[in-house]
Amino acid sequence: MNKKVKVYGLPTCPVCRRTKKYLEDEGIDYEYLDVSANHDFAKEMIVKSGQKTVPVVEIGGEIIIGFDKAKIEELLKR
Amino acid sequence: MKRIYDLIIIGAGPAGITAAVYAARKKIDTLVVTKDIGGQAALSGDIQNYTGYQFISGPELAEKFEEHMRKFNFDIRENEEVTKLAAKQNNFLVKTDKNSYRAKTVIVASGKKSRELGISGEKEFKNKGLVYCATCDAPLFSEDDVAVIGGGNSALDATLQLMKIANYVYIINRSNSLRGDEIMQEKIKESKKVSILNNSQVIEILGDNFVNAIKIKKDKKVETLAVQGIFVEIGLIPNSNFAVDLNKTKSGEIKVNNKNETNIPGIFAAGDVTDVFEKQIIIAAGEGAKATLSVFRYLSSRK
Repeated sequence: MNKKVKVYGLPTCPVCRRTKKYLEDEGIDYEYLDVSANHDFAKEMIVKSGQKTVPVVEIGGEIIIGFDKAKIEELLKR
Repeated sequence: MKRIYDLIIIGAGPAGITAAVYAARKKIDTLVVTKDIGGQAALSGDIQNYTGYQFISGPELAEKFEEHMRKFNFDIRENEEVTKLAAKQNNFLVKTDKNSYRAKTVIVASGKKSRELGISGEKEFKNKGLVYCATCDAPLFSEDDVAVIGGGNSALDATLQLMKIANYVYIINRSNSLRGDEIMQEKIKESKKVSILNNSQVIEILGDNFVNAIKIKKDKKVETLAVQGIFVEIGLIPNSNFAVDLNKTKSGEIKVNNKNETNIPGIFAAGDVTDVFEKQIIIAAGEGAKATLSVFRYLSSRK
């Protein structure tokens, strides 16, 4: 089962780096959306997550705010 | 019967990680429990005073610390916040928001966090326009009017970052002049995008789903300022609330001696959460090393 994984992040945010590095180390494919490079990405992220911090991880339509390894694993398994 | 570790390290900033590396090399059976990895170091901008690196960014140095720690094979529990530290029978109980653990010794290396405003609206709008880490989130406010709360170096640093990004920046400063470095003040005063409001205090945060204004009190008059972002930069407080039995300073820093011992035998502390002289990454790291070496002696003497 392959769920689509999206990471909304900023180049300035250390937790975003950690999130990306974790996904890479686990061999999980993801799409990275830099919200500073494209204002539409930022708007999309704020609407989907109802808040204004990064990173936001989207897995199969579900939203995780921040870097939460356990939740990422759980959503990928479902 | 629950596993009893030789050592639990609370926190994984420079102090906690260095303590962990030393513990691994001493073959002490160790668990690291932490909310995040890298601590405040990971949120720092450029670092030019960590020996061996003429120049490195905070996140990069934190990554190097983490790599070093993960080279060893011990338990690390991330995303857990410690809520209680207490003596139980002959060992210590460490409770988190998710689990509880036991150990013969503990090193508290939980560092510091941003001081909060303590005003109405703060909880509701946290992460909804209210920000405690300018370095992390500033670019999300590219078309917005924002307020920076504070007047010290971290407030000025946030302002300098926001000047480049936001539409307009207000500095809300309690005292009658800014306190941060002159060099930064000059740059800020030259900008046409910044207003400095001295003798001003934020009393309420307003909004619907997101922040849309703040109420400020200036010279006994209350006014409302329309802003979409609020950056709180009013200093740091130690993460020491869970350690109720430890002796602390007035500001909540855990008192330690030069061996990193606290008032309770078996509990040690290191880094920015303690009353150590000066808070620096390299000092915190050194303190972490000292704390583990003290733990090693303590455990050896009890065998």
